[in-house]
Amino acid sequence: MADKLTFSLVSPEAELFSGEVDQVDVPGSEGDLGILPDHSPLMAAIRTGAITVYADGAQTQYFVQGGFADVTPDGLTVLAEKAALLSDVDAEILQADIDSATKALAELDGEAALAMQQNLDGLKAVAGA
Amino acid sequence: MASLKELQNRIKSVKNTQKITKAMQMVAAAKLRKAQDAAEKSRPYSDRISAVILNLANSMTGAGDAPELLVGNGKSQTVLLVIATADRGLCGGFNTNIVRKAREEIVALEGAGKTVKLFLIGKKGYDQLNRLYDDRVVEYISLKEERKLHAGIAQRIGEQITAMFERGEFDICKLVFSEFENVMTQNPTARTLIPAIAGMGIEDDTPGEHAADQVFAPDLNGAIYTYEPDEAGILRVLLPRNINTQVFTALLENQAGEMGSKMAAMDNATRNAGDMIDKLTLTFNRTRQARITSELIEIISGAEAL
Repeated sequence: MADKLTFSLVSPEAELFSGEVDQVDVPGSEGDLGILPDHSPLMAAIRTGAITVYADGAQTQYFVQGGFADVTPDGLTVLAEKAALLSDVDAEILQADIDSATKALAELDGEAALAMQQNLDGLKAVAGA
Repeated sequence: MASLKELQNRIKSVKNTQKITKAMQMVAAAKLRKAQDAAEKSRPYSDRISAVILNLANSMTGAGDAPELLVGNGKSQTVLLVIATADRGLCGGFNTNIVRKAREEIVALEGAGKTVKLFLIGKKGYDQLNRLYDDRVVEYISLKEERKLHAGIAQRIGEQITAMFERGEFDICKLVFSEFENVMTQNPTARTLIPAIAGMGIEDDTPGEHAADQVFAPDLNGAIYTYEPDEAGILRVLLPRNINTQVFTALLENQAGEMGSKMAAMDNATRNAGDMIDKLTLTFNRTRQARITSELIEIISGAEAL
């Protein structure tokens, strides 16, 4: 068994992380996923929330919004629409996002509303953390 | 021959022009480095997203219900050309080259009896194309207000394109921009955005029919992909995002190309100004010497006459 997982986190603007880690917890759209080395090929949509990276006993958290987790035999790639180190996330910007999501939710219905609700819940969870 | 004063004035004005072009060249060089950096940073994301779509497209083969954004809607009558140019001039043939490429596309498509619609990004392309094809322009976006390119701009444009496709306003979407090769070379390129499969290096002139069959399979060592939610659900989200990404990449490449082109153009201008100064200085010195000589002759012949 390979004891390390190759993980990269990329957003359209930059590659935030690339390297070997022990485990990555990803907020999947259908539930949280813990990805360990040698995971079977998987493609999952992710919801707004925090990714936790476990490497050498240390934990790093990243804020992600929208995107995909792609597991191949080569490792895990998270393609996030927005991504940042959780400690870099500005509380005011987050609050603004929550407000606009709340407003958008009121105008939507059906599946789009569900997706927006999920987005909003994720934002609130991150804001609470 | 021009008087000495006139020559002096011209030399001064050319020197001033040279100072300006030199400054513009240096500004462009600094911006180029930033733009190149940004283009490089965005590359992993767009590479990965293409790879993921290829993976998915492969597994969707034969499913029959593949999304239209991926395989097209089976028609190719109306073509939307998204043409990205710069908002500023003074960058050599950069904008003109993109516009020329776009015009070639338009002429070829209309020659084949297709309907062409234009979606213009950037002021310079708008100025040139609106004059020729104003009845075909459906949308125009200027990036002049944006101080820095960010993914949000591309997202707005991408969403607009997707919405137009969903309303059935066009069948095929092509993106025309300038690929940044290096500072000296920028290649105007047309890349197919919708159907997505046709834009990924898979040559196919009849999208919607055979495109999905030709996708190569990723190496998974025989394992089967698990999807969460299902393939269709993921593709529904992924495909619009792919368009946003492609637009963003195109804008970044354009920006790097514009700066590279501007740098080269301004470098040329600076050198030309230098040549001109040399020539003018030579004429100035000749004229001055000629005048001194003739004055001396006058004095000497005057002295001899005494």
